[in-house]
Amino acid sequence: MLKNLTCIVCPMGCNLEIEIDDKNNKSIKKVSGNQCKRGENYAKSEIICPTRTLTTTILTNDGRLLPVKTDKPIPKDFMFECMKKINGQTVSLPINVGDVIIENIANTGANIVATKNMR
Amino acid sequence: MKKIDLVIIGGGPAGMSAAISAYNNGVKDILILERAEELGGILQQCIHNGFGLHKFKEELTGPEYAWRYEQQIKQRNIPYMLNTMVTKITKDKKITAVNSTEGIFEIQAKAIILAMGCRERSKGALNIPGFRPAGIFSAGTAQKYVNIKGYLPGKEIVILGSGDIGLIMARRMTLEGAKVKAVCEIMPYSGGLARNIQQCLNDFNIPLKLSHTVVEIHGKERLTGVTIAKVDENRKPIMETKEYIPCDTLLLSVGLIPENDLSRETGIELDPSTQGAIVDQNRQTSIDGIFACGNVLHVHDLVDYVSDEAEIAGKAAANYLNQKAENNIHISIKTDGKIRYTVPQRFTGTQKTTLYFRTADVYENAVIHVRDGEKIIHSQKKRKLLPAEMETITLSEEIIKNVSSNSLLVELEVVKNA
Amino acid sequence: MYDVAIIGAGVVGCMIARELSKYQLSVCVLEKEADVATGATRANSGIVHAGFDAKEGTLKAKLNVQGSKMMPKVCEDLGVNYINNGSLVIGFNEKDLKEIVTLYNRGKINGVEKLEILNQEQLRNLEPNISKKAIGALYAPTGAIVCPYELAISAMGNAMDNGIQLKLNFHVEKMERKNDTYYIFSNTETVSAKYVINAAGVYSDYVANLVGDNSFYIKPRKGEYMLLDKTCGNIVSHTIFRTPTEKGKGILVSPTVDGNIILGPTSVDAEDKSDNSTSYEGFQKIMKEVGENVENIPLNKVITSFCGLRATGSTGDFIINMKNKFVNVAGIESPGLSAAPAIAQYVVELLKNDSLKPEEKADFNPKRKSMHFFKKLSVEEKNKLIRKNPSYGKIVCRCEMVTEGEIIDAIHTNPKATTVDGVKIRTRSGMGRCQGGFCSPSVVEILARELNTSVLNITKSGGNSNILVCRTKGGELN
Repeated sequence: MLKNLTCIVCPMGCNLEIEIDDKNNKSIKKVSGNQCKRGENYAKSEIICPTRTLTTTILTNDGRLLPVKTDKPIPKDFMFECMKKINGQTVSLPINVGDVIIENIANTGANIVATKNMR
Repeated sequence: MKKIDLVIIGGGPAGMSAAISAYNNGVKDILILERAEELGGILQQCIHNGFGLHKFKEELTGPEYAWRYEQQIKQRNIPYMLNTMVTKITKDKKITAVNSTEGIFEIQAKAIILAMGCRERSKGALNIPGFRPAGIFSAGTAQKYVNIKGYLPGKEIVILGSGDIGLIMARRMTLEGAKVKAVCEIMPYSGGLARNIQQCLNDFNIPLKLSHTVVEIHGKERLTGVTIAKVDENRKPIMETKEYIPCDTLLLSVGLIPENDLSRETGIELDPSTQGAIVDQNRQTSIDGIFACGNVLHVHDLVDYVSDEAEIAGKAAANYLNQKAENNIHISIKTDGKIRYTVPQRFTGTQKTTLYFRTADVYENAVIHVRDGEKIIHSQKKRKLLPAEMETITLSEEIIKNVSSNSLLVELEVVKNA
Repeated sequence: MYDVAIIGAGVVGCMIARELSKYQLSVCVLEKEADVATGATRANSGIVHAGFDAKEGTLKAKLNVQGSKMMPKVCEDLGVNYINNGSLVIGFNEKDLKEIVTLYNRGKINGVEKLEILNQEQLRNLEPNISKKAIGALYAPTGAIVCPYELAISAMGNAMDNGIQLKLNFHVEKMERKNDTYYIFSNTETVSAKYVINAAGVYSDYVANLVGDNSFYIKPRKGEYMLLDKTCGNIVSHTIFRTPTEKGKGILVSPTVDGNIILGPTSVDAEDKSDNSTSYEGFQKIMKEVGENVENIPLNKVITSFCGLRATGSTGDFIINMKNKFVNVAGIESPGLSAAPAIAQYVVELLKNDSLKPEEKADFNPKRKSMHFFKKLSVEEKNKLIRKNPSYGKIVCRCEMVTEGEIIDAIHTNPKATTVDGVKIRTRSGMGRCQGGFCSPSVVEILARELNTSVLNITKSGGNSNILVCRTKGGELN
């Protein structure tokens, strides 16, 4: 099976063609279209375990919104579950940039941290 | 009337960076005038990351990037006024502003830096036929509702325009529970960064319809749907390809326009290609002592470049105030059309300068030439050029010193057109 | 029970309300939408016509000329912007010039003053940007411009200050007459009145039918417009017409009182009475025709477009008559705005000549504080006001420089705004070049705060036109 991806590592945006094992969709047979090794590595991580940094907001106890993010990338498939957890909570002020709001969210190993000071 | 040496209009990334740079270069009497209730400008609603890769070698969110500069402002005790709107600037640098505590007041400045940012192109400019229902927003306004106010403008979304703001909002709305049905882009290529196509559209299986536009709006009170159609090479809709998409919200990400109402009224010369001021390498406008930087000068895609540009303006304002400014040459910079514009548009001095430019189309494996009459004085190969990504070419002091004519041409040689 | 119920709060209904508020009568106005001035009054050219266009001897001609003479005083009393900029009807060939002579003569018969016929040179001196192909013009110095919904809102506000009641969101479903009293039913309320005035615009035939009057019908005709940015404001200073055809006065180019340039209207039969949608064909027609009249129109400076529906009456003239104390004020298409003050007086005369002999109110106040009072203050006066009320120091709409104080005024001054569009037409917030992109979140918040309701209940123009759908985080906070 062939999968097409645009590489995002550098502005070239190479069109990557990735041949995946029909029986195991996490097993890569071949990567082509990349102009450097970084593209190949990106293709591999995107197929095996794509990760993303989640950025969103969380409700504060006075009804405002605090912008937050995961302090490291989490598996892409966990984004909606994390959103649900974050949307179900409020945070007490004051808060500083970098404060941990939720530890180890959804067991991903990443924390939800504040990206703004609010008081 | 207050007298301030340097007044900076706008406390976003451009204004803050300019203030810090001016301070670091010896100016202590500074005042930033900001219309919002906090510094940071548009960054405060850009809660996504991708800022600061160049400047800080980190991927920061908008608010984090803003905080890096706010900290420096606070450390230096640079004064600023919030909730203050500038309503007028005269040629002799008298500023009229208004807020709730001081009322309408005037400031006599010795130098001014314009850092007002930009606004979004609105629906009215698009001439989309139909009714005028609720549910049509520019993407930035929707972003404000979602990220600052905490409200969803709609549940079933169509986005017109694949610029970064549209793409970012496609992801944001999806994460907050809305369904984005399509992103339509009138050009045959996307206006946004490749990483955003991947992370905002592909990740959520949101279809990107290139060479498509919205041709009709349906719904009298609230939007009930849009009709989209493919467009031809002249970007005219092909009515036989009409397709109806039911939705309750249309987000428009169809362009940014530098906010130069004030500059125009002051009589500052504007460049029709950028819709911002015409400036020299110091970012000085056609009025001595008035500088411009950031999105008000030309629309940037990377805030890192905004900060760099603002540093130049801040330093130049400091030099101007210390009477160290030297305007000893006059070279105008023209472009060949494949290059849509450069900033700066002229040289008044010979220091090493980076020209920022955008191309009018997509080009691969091209060469940028800078011509002085018949002679090519500098060339640079570029692997890939997109209208959506601002590019740079740097001219050394020596090259500029040796320019013989009074006009340079920046042109693009097509080795292979995409 | 009311003495008079007026159905329809367009400029005609509002002016009649104001006229009636001079008398000791109990009057109410019933309007089906969430605000006044939502029909043709919201979307028309805003011209106070000199009066040479309407056929001699018609009610249109008579009331146009009268209304045009009354308008300056009405606007002064109500604090409404009125600019006597003059009109020009331009001609390109012999046929046009003949038509211009016809209009000139008709104007004289109708009682229009100061009309002149200009040659090409005189025309170009007045308006340098007129097409070089134009060879002459009719010049009507008494032509003027006004903002039609500003006039309607101000008239209604003044009427309410003088005791008139306004019921919005009142859609007339049924009417009955029993014992000399009309009973007017909406889905939720009943109002009774001795006299009923039918000023329901495109729906005035529907309303007349409710009392069994089938003597006329209204054919809605669409008029599309485009509005240019204020930076184009000085392309022309007069209102520029072409010679008229059977379809109407044609597409004009005119400054507005706010400094924009308005282009339009088209003239196309509408599919139904609620079809005020714009169209590609409309845009194309406007752009083509205005380009023929005026040179160098920057069509890339369009900031918005909209469409109004004319209430074209089946008789060709205004339909103003009374039977059984039911007054039709129907078929009020152009020159309806110009005639509005005169129509109001005419209608009140009809009532007075019937059995209604109302006494005048001793304390009637014809004056209303201008909607734009803040903009007219000096800096010192503004600062004095800001010291008392800091909300006048907070600019919410940057493009039109509208302060929070003015927005709050719009929400609390008769007739009170309850929607985003309502705030927009009273303050101009959202009418500038960014079309509300910057200010609308603040306007929505201010409305919610001042009306003590959730932001989720704020609508663009009433009904289901809510701006926002829900909170982003689970749970409904506010």
